Amino acid sequence: MQQYILAVLVRNNAGVLARVASLFGRRGYNIDSLTVSETNNPGISYITLTVTGDEAILDQITKQAVKLEEVFEVRHINEANALGHELLLIKMEIDPATRTALREITDIYNAKIVDLAPTTMIIELTGSTSKINAFLNIMKGFSIVEMCRTGVTAMEKESSK
Amino acid sequence: MKLNGSQILMETLIEQGVDTIFGYPGGAVLNIYDALYDYSDRIKHILTAHEQGAAHAADGYARSTGRPGVVLATSGPGATNLVTGIATAYMDSIPMIALTGNVSTNLLGKDSFQEIYITGITMPITKHNYVVRDVEDLADTIREAFRIATSGRPGPVLIDLPKDITAAICEHEAASPVNVTDEMEAIPAEDLQTIADVLNESQRPVILFGGGVVASGASAELAQLIRKMDCPSCHTVMATGVMPADDPYNLGLIGMHGTVSSSVAVHRADVLLAIGSRFSDRVATNASKFARNQKIIHIDIDAAEINKNVPIDHSYVGDVKAVLKTMLPLIEKKSRSDWNHEISVIRERGEYRSINCEGELKPNQIIQDIYRIMGPDIAMTTDVGQHQMWAAQYSQATDPRRFLTSGGLGTMGFGYGAAIGAAMARPGETIVHITGDGSFHMNLQELCTAVSHQLPIITIIFNNMVLGMVYQWQRIFYNNRFSFTEPNRQTDFVKLAEAFGAHGRRCRTPEEFQDAITEAKRLQGPVVIELVMRADERVLPMIPAGLTIDEVILD
Repeated sequence: MQQYILAVLVRNNAGVLARVASLFGRRGYNIDSLTVSETNNPGISYITLTVTGDEAILDQITKQAVKLEEVFEVRHINEANALGHELLLIKMEIDPATRTALREITDIYNAKIVDLAPTTMIIELTGSTSKINAFLNIMKGFSIVEMCRTGVTAMEKESSK
Repeated sequence: MKLNGSQILMETLIEQGVDTIFGYPGGAVLNIYDALYDYSDRIKHILTAHEQGAAHAADGYARSTGRPGVVLATSGPGATNLVTGIATAYMDSIPMIALTGNVSTNLLGKDSFQEIYITGITMPITKHNYVVRDVEDLADTIREAFRIATSGRPGPVLIDLPKDITAAICEHEAASPVNVTDEMEAIPAEDLQTIADVLNESQRPVILFGGGVVASGASAELAQLIRKMDCPSCHTVMATGVMPADDPYNLGLIGMHGTVSSSVAVHRADVLLAIGSRFSDRVATNASKFARNQKIIHIDIDAAEINKNVPIDHSYVGDVKAVLKTMLPLIEKKSRSDWNHEISVIRERGEYRSINCEGELKPNQIIQDIYRIMGPDIAMTTDVGQHQMWAAQYSQATDPRRFLTSGGLGTMGFGYGAAIGAAMARPGETIVHITGDGSFHMNLQELCTAVSHQLPIITIIFNNMVLGMVYQWQRIFYNNRFSFTEPNRQTDFVKLAEAFGAHGRRCRTPEEFQDAITEAKRLQGPVVIELVMRADERVLPMIPAGLTIDEVILD
């Protein structure tokens, strides 16, 4: 089993996300993460999906999704030639000692402290899933209040083609 | 021309070639019914007893004609009652337009009376669905729906119409329907050369054909291919009638209740050519073992079917008729007499044969008697269960649009509605509806519809007092633990028929049945014939789910 990133270009209509999600649910494909956004064309939305499966499942998902009336294109994004980024927001409990330590780690990861309160701070990090996982691993040594991450949004690079 | 939404609906349906619709009125579709009142000379509306019956009737109409069937229901329960009918059409790739009313746009999303989110409910059972929120979009939405329903792999499309849209007025311009078949691109011969080479080199080819041959109207091209290749063939339930049952190249049904020879032929073949079929679990009872040592070639219009259930060696995605037309000249005319001889030996020695008992009603004899007495040109519809398999096994249909059955969803209660649709599609012809006592109880209220319109539908109930197919499984796999399959119903089907205003007969012997069916042929209105049968009759052969022909049950 392997994780795949799919870029799905859809008509920007009410309910289109439900159609895509319903198809995946019905066929038993588990969505690991999903992001949706508008594009420069107001009629088109861009869905980035990550799914776990094998080549046969990838083939089926792609062909079934393309059959949806409001899906224009399904592209398998090869991670070697693509940027796959997600955004992490994490709220940490702090005291004078941990505050300094967290600041150092934040610098090392090129993360940003975006909110500072007397007992908490919020750190923002963008990057690949593996970078965010590594950062989170370190954060586990401290006291996490809450966190959320967006899931991957991905685009193929022209430079490495 | 300024028209309201309901008039635009009528005009656009007529423009799309619709002359018959099936439906049931209600609050949210009052405007549409008001328009139907004015258009009744151009659009025939058949009022059913229940919206499910209307959906199956639209489906039966579509299966009979190849054109989309149209069903109309009100919001809320009217719409939800369509769901089984839409799902039935979806699973069998039948073109259908389902029109549902809904509450006015200002009441949508407020849990208003009889409001339901029918587009959400039907998302996984339609090719696409719409809510029309602006009357300006109405005509084009309907046109688009017809295009989607009939193009590529056909299927149902639902259009939800809020009540205010059906009253709103806008400018309407007539248009002519898009001819889907004209859009089909010609297939370059070189695309099919590899497949043709594999078939030409094959010593022991077998062809498996399915509902895609029916949808694309490719029976004649298929027959040419089979003859040119001199090769045995078999089919799915959906393709019953594509090839006459007595054609020596036709081994009959394959799969769970298929013939022994068809399964053995696939097993011994070197190449299996599957045309317009999808290797369902009722065909490939064990997908990992099905034709595992064979080269499989798959021709289908739906790319997603390739490699879905079984791994395919060579495939071509396209309309079956267009593919066969291009491929036929590439196929070498060959005699494969050794291979055919081998198969004919299996047919003579290894095939299952039903045993007839003097004086007793037996399934194969009943179906034979129907065709013998009624002639080959009847349309037959079935419900689901044992009677359905017997009807398919012994069918003498020579036209697949004259054998209508719920193959994919297996919908009990499908047959009567489908028969109403078939009767409307085939004026002046007799429709024979084969059912069981279980299935008939599910939608028997549609008898009233057949009586209202004096439709020549002959219902033949295989009454064995049990829910036969489940009973058969309980007998074979559950150690005779007949859990809730012996309902002890006391329904008097003769009185029931008479209560509805139809003609009823009860038969216990083949002679009584022959007499009853002869009388039914003469009568012009709906007839119900109850056949009193044994509960222990099984559908054979049977390959248990998950197993192969090696484990076939023959007695």
